[in-house]
Amino acid sequence: MRKRYPFLFLMSVLALFSFAFTADEAGYQLGDTAADFKLKNVNGQMVSLKDYKDAKGFIVTFTCNTCPYAKLYEDRLIQLHQKYAPKGYPVVAINPNDVTASPGDSFEEMQKRARQKKFPFAYLHDESQEVARKYGATRTPHVYVLTRTGNELKVTYIGAIDDNSGDPEKVQKRYTEAALDNLLAGKPVQQATTKAIGCTIKWRGDS
Amino acid sequence: MAFRRTIASCFFVLCLLAAGTGRAQGQRVPLVKLPHLQRYLTSPADTTYIINFWATWCKPCVEELPHFEALQKEYAQKPVKVILVSLDFAKDLEKKVIPFVNRNKLQSTVFVLDEPDQNAWIPLVDPSWSGAIPATLLLNGARKQRFFVEKPLSPAQLKELLTSKFPLNP
Repeated sequence: MRKRYPFLFLMSVLALFSFAFTADEAGYQLGDTAADFKLKNVNGQMVSLKDYKDAKGFIVTFTCNTCPYAKLYEDRLIQLHQKYAPKGYPVVAINPNDVTASPGDSFEEMQKRARQKKFPFAYLHDESQEVARKYGATRTPHVYVLTRTGNELKVTYIGAIDDNSGDPEKVQKRYTEAALDNLLAGKPVQQATTKAIGCTIKWRGDS
Repeated sequence: MAFRRTIASCFFVLCLLAAGTGRAQGQRVPLVKLPHLQRYLTSPADTTYIINFWATWCKPCVEELPHFEALQKEYAQKPVKVILVSLDFAKDLEKKVIPFVNRNKLQSTVFVLDEPDQNAWIPLVDPSWSGAIPATLLLNGARKQRFFVEKPLSPAQLKELLTSKFPLNP
């Protein structure tokens, strides 16, 4: 028995290790059908995408209270909503961070932040982190544009909001807006995936 | 003669002073553009570069920095080089990054990558990188090996990665 210990230990370390590197490889790709969800909004009500009867689609954005990059984009997220919600694409913001790993991302703190910033969009708490896992979100902020096609919601854009997180004045490429403009014009999205630096989502169980 | 000696000793004292202040200030942290990073990404040397992307505002990044520092210390005499690429904003260099590097006495190579259009360079580091930090790339140009991780690493995971995928004497 004593002899086996190092072997068992090694195996469990290896198992943990391989899990750590494969956990978030899944997730939505362009063209996938996005599943609906039911999450609690900061006003206490449960929100699903099917509740938005007139929406042509959604700007689903994984974001949070605590990440400096997410904060830098709060105002730009509000502007996106104000510009595109009337055109049928509201912002739906989702905070997926684990409260234990990131106490500043609790539901109460979300309510506070939403009040301070007067978010005009739903700010939902993905407490179980299931929605973020299903989408394959890795960071905040992380945008998924969904477009209604018949009864389904197709993923039509994944990525960043624009090309300059630090300085809104110096933005040259508004990636999410460009994708939405393509979609609203009935055209294929020209640049359907983009990358940006962001804070890694604080998963439950991670140190 | 005595005059020359005085000059020489003055010079010596000045050197000491310069070295002293240099040390007190810690390492210089340059602001660099993409080609500076690419030198490491495309280096043909038989050196294993451990390139860690971090920022002073990123809590899990800051927590794992000591693991990279310890590794660099352990492999100081080996062809293993830790590069800490800060993704702090350029405007925060003097105010946040340099004080952080000095306070934590970071010994590994540190620079701030000043390339705001992240979409243009993130795929060059690794096509699978979504942009979340911390993220770490291990690569050895001579052996054409690379391994990318978009997650924080424990000291054990980091060591395991290095020794299993980049053995020093294959």
